[in-house]
Amino acid sequence: MEKLINDFSYGLFFWQTLLFIALLLLLRKFAWKPILDAVSEREEGIKDALGEAEKARKEMHNLKSANEQILKEARAERELLLKDARDIKNKMITDAKDEAQEQATKMIAQARESISNEKQAAIIELKNQVAELSIGIAKKVVQQELSSEEKQTALIEKMLKDLSL
Amino acid sequence: MHKFYSHYYLSDMQKNILRNFLLISVFLLSLNSYSQHETDPQKPEAKKDLKTKIKEDIRHHVKDSYYFDFNADSETGVYHGFSLPVILIDNGLHVFMSSKFDHGKKVAEVNGNYYKLYHNKIYKTDASGTLSLNEHLHPTNAKPLDFSITKGVFGILIVSLIIFLIFSNLAKSYAKNGAIPTGVGRFFEPLVIYIRDEVAIPSIGEKKYKRYMPFLLTVFFFIWFSNLIGITPFGMNITGNLAVTAALAILTFLITQFSSNKNYWKHIFWMPGVPVPMKIILAPIELLGVFIKPFALMMRLYANIFAGHIVIYSILGLLFVFKSYIGGTLSFGLALVISILELLVAILQAYIFTMLSALYFGFATEEHSEEH
Repeated sequence: MEKLINDFSYGLFFWQTLLFIALLLLLRKFAWKPILDAVSEREEGIKDALGEAEKARKEMHNLKSANEQILKEARAERELLLKDARDIKNKMITDAKDEAQEQATKMIAQARESISNEKQAAIIELKNQVAELSIGIAKKVVQQELSSEEKQTALIEKMLKDLSL
Repeated sequence: MHKFYSHYYLSDMQKNILRNFLLISVFLLSLNSYSQHETDPQKPEAKKDLKTKIKEDIRHHVKDSYYFDFNADSETGVYHGFSLPVILIDNGLHVFMSSKFDHGKKVAEVNGNYYKLYHNKIYKTDASGTLSLNEHLHPTNAKPLDFSITKGVFGILIVSLIIFLIFSNLAKSYAKNGAIPTGVGRFFEPLVIYIRDEVAIPSIGEKKYKRYMPFLLTVFFFIWFSNLIGITPFGMNITGNLAVTAALAILTFLITQFSSNKNYWKHIFWMPGVPVPMKIILAPIELLGVFIKPFALMMRLYANIFAGHIVIYSILGLLFVFKSYIGGTLSFGLALVISILELLVAILQAYIFTMLSALYFGFATEEHSEEH
């Protein structure tokens, strides 16, 4: 220990302190401050860039999902439209069928009615003609029957006979 | 708190490993001395000289020096390197190159004063350079105030310059290249971010860490680079100097005290949540802890790096003691392994110092709401 103290070189101590402090001050100004500033600036830059990239990625993701949403909606709409069209088609077919049915029924009914009308008319005409014919025949019969006096008297008598109950 | 203790364990483990290597090296050394004794009994003195020389070289290396020597042969007095400026305050400022001492062989005359370098220390002498030694063989001559640019100071300057160039360039490269680092900055930027995210923010907190970042970063890179430069063949020992680690630890201590809040002092003098007798017992312990913490910082760094240098140099010294293919290869391999370990220790110690400093700052600025 005594030897250590004896060998202690205060000159070296003085120069070491002086030169070290000078080195410290010089390096602080010309090296450490610019280096640390540059490094932290670069680190900030990297951090920012990474943040930006993440943001862009998120935006992309959002955009993609939005696109998918739109596509999905479009698909749904198409489905809806197709379904509507199908419904309309079916309805039209059904309607047409119904109408045709109705029309047919109506026509059949009309035909039936007109047939019955015609029939009625024909029957009436037939009746009329039969009546006319009957009257004509009757006229001719009567004319022949009533051509002599005896015949007229015989008929009256017969009728009177029939009347007397 | 967990992290806090785990570092102690780590550094203890580190020390243990180093100690083991030291023991192994001593064991190998003793083995060799026996074998040499058997084969070469008539020349024990030369062998002792070599060992003493290695010992002296190691001691010389780990100490600060007035010269920047790459290679030295103290026997022939041939030194390869260059001299550094000596700055003395002794009735005025004296500045001269250390070559004037000629490694202690000459008396340097400056402005009418005479100085002599003796055992790596400068003493004031008369014109002939007489040193009066006491019973411990220590000179009793006066020592001038010494603010020389020694090898250590030179190393600090080089490390500071390297750090400043690397990081000011890194700072500039951001502006040029759109906030992306280029070149070596690619390697150092993650370390800066690591200190911020794993050391400063968890220890001090998101709100206050920014104020301490310059100190933590500077201290981390300074210690790391100083440790690394110590492993190079230039043999500079910066952080293995108590003066250097003391300066760093005192800065941590001062920053801790100046940024401390009421809550910090309350935890020291009147620990909340414990009975009154405990409060009284804890207060002096906690107060002592305030000084022990930076002291431990200083000693840990110093001891680790100092020990590392000694171990590497001892094992390298074995090369010259063995003087055989097997021993040489072994000690070379061992030195290589320990050098790699030292690379790890270099960054680990820098990390521990920074981490603990950050923790102390965290304790000092902790808010009352964070009760523990």
